[in-house]
Amino acid sequence: MPKMDTNGNTYTILYSAVMVVVVAILLAVAATQLKPFQDANILIEKKQNILRSVNIVADAKQATELFNQTIKELIIVNSKGEKVEGDAFKVDLKVEHSKPVDQRKLPVYIAAMGDKGKVYIIPLRGNGLWGPIWGYVALSSDMNTIYGANFDHSGETPGLGAEINTEKFQKPFIGKTIFDKAGLFTSIVIAKIGEKADPSNSVDAISGGTITSKALQKMLYDDLSTYQEFFKTLKK
Amino acid sequence: MGEKEGIFSKKNLKLLTNPLSNANPITVLVLGICSALAVTAQLKPAVVMSLSVTIVTAFSNLIISFIRNTIPNRIRIIVQLVVVAALVILVDQVLKAFVYDVSKQLSVFVGLIITNCILMGRLEAFALGNKPWPSFLDGIGNGAGYGLVLVTIAFFRELFGSGSLWGYKIIPQEWYIANGGWYSNNGMMILPPMALIIVGVIIWIQRSKKPELIED
Repeated sequence: MPKMDTNGNTYTILYSAVMVVVVAILLAVAATQLKPFQDANILIEKKQNILRSVNIVADAKQATELFNQTIKELIIVNSKGEKVEGDAFKVDLKVEHSKPVDQRKLPVYIAAMGDKGKVYIIPLRGNGLWGPIWGYVALSSDMNTIYGANFDHSGETPGLGAEINTEKFQKPFIGKTIFDKAGLFTSIVIAKIGEKADPSNSVDAISGGTITSKALQKMLYDDLSTYQEFFKTLKK
Repeated sequence: MGEKEGIFSKKNLKLLTNPLSNANPITVLVLGICSALAVTAQLKPAVVMSLSVTIVTAFSNLIISFIRNTIPNRIRIIVQLVVVAALVILVDQVLKAFVYDVSKQLSVFVGLIITNCILMGRLEAFALGNKPWPSFLDGIGNGAGYGLVLVTIAFFRELFGSGSLWGYKIIPQEWYIANGGWYSNNGMMILPPMALIIVGVIIWIQRSKKPELIED
């Protein structure tokens, strides 16, 4: 075989063009073929996260079964506390947050926790330091006491902000209240050590993760406050 | 063409076994250290990472070796990078589809296989100048040499750091101080510096056994 001139300009340009097209087609095919599997995994992860907010740890295999056993009702409400039609599980909080508050669909997942009665799980979403943070807060049937909480993030600093998805950070939320004694909405304060805060509605912040801690506090306040009317309807 | 070589001739076997000891990419060539520190706190991610790196090195070596005579010299690094990047994205997509929890643990490190020095090192040094089959073996050998070290580090880190192997508890529960025993996990093992120290110990043992590896 005669040696090709592989150093000419035309050859180089053609070579790279063909290479890029071939690689692009290959990757596009692979991505579309694997998408259904990846989407199924993401759904399972969402179910695992919701279950963790009511303190149930499920592995990927049991998640769907446990989810169906535990979560009895999925509803959507609006900011006035009225029920709205729709599939609560499919509501995308990112989309809802771009709408004005009174047009938002607010999903609520209602879990039956045996003798502890109904628990209301509220999904949350906010902006952390580097990217989105999200979570689920479960409220006992008095619509005030936190039954459990679960948070996760996409890219907070490992060892600092990323600690919000650890049990060490999440466990202290249990038993805290989001309304004060006078019935005013206070949400939960993520307090630095030494910061004056009411122990009934505050948890310790993460040392070195101040911005993520504050972002989480804002997420809790912003998202829970839109449910205030809904909470009132249940308290009556 | 010279005379035909056997598929597993002595020369070819050497390509496979050399990177395990005398030409180990981590302990002798000191390549790919960064990921070795990051993914070795537990055995499972270490094994998945080793397999991913082995697959990517083997197939990028194979592909580059097949097209080595057609690659324009001026853009050869870019061509290598495109091949490696495409393979890494494929591996990442497959992991996300079938072992989602591990792919979450490995997070950015799968993507960072692209920048793993072992890959470009082997492509430049071996695949560009050798036939496809030896290149493929060289890739497997280097991936396995990398994996061997990774798994060894992960074994010690998980055993002493978390008291478990592959997620299963090895140290009896009643040994722990919390349960009235005398034992406690070494939290230092979980932290990245400990991986570096273990790599150091492995290099030390290897060189004291094989003095010819010691540089002046």
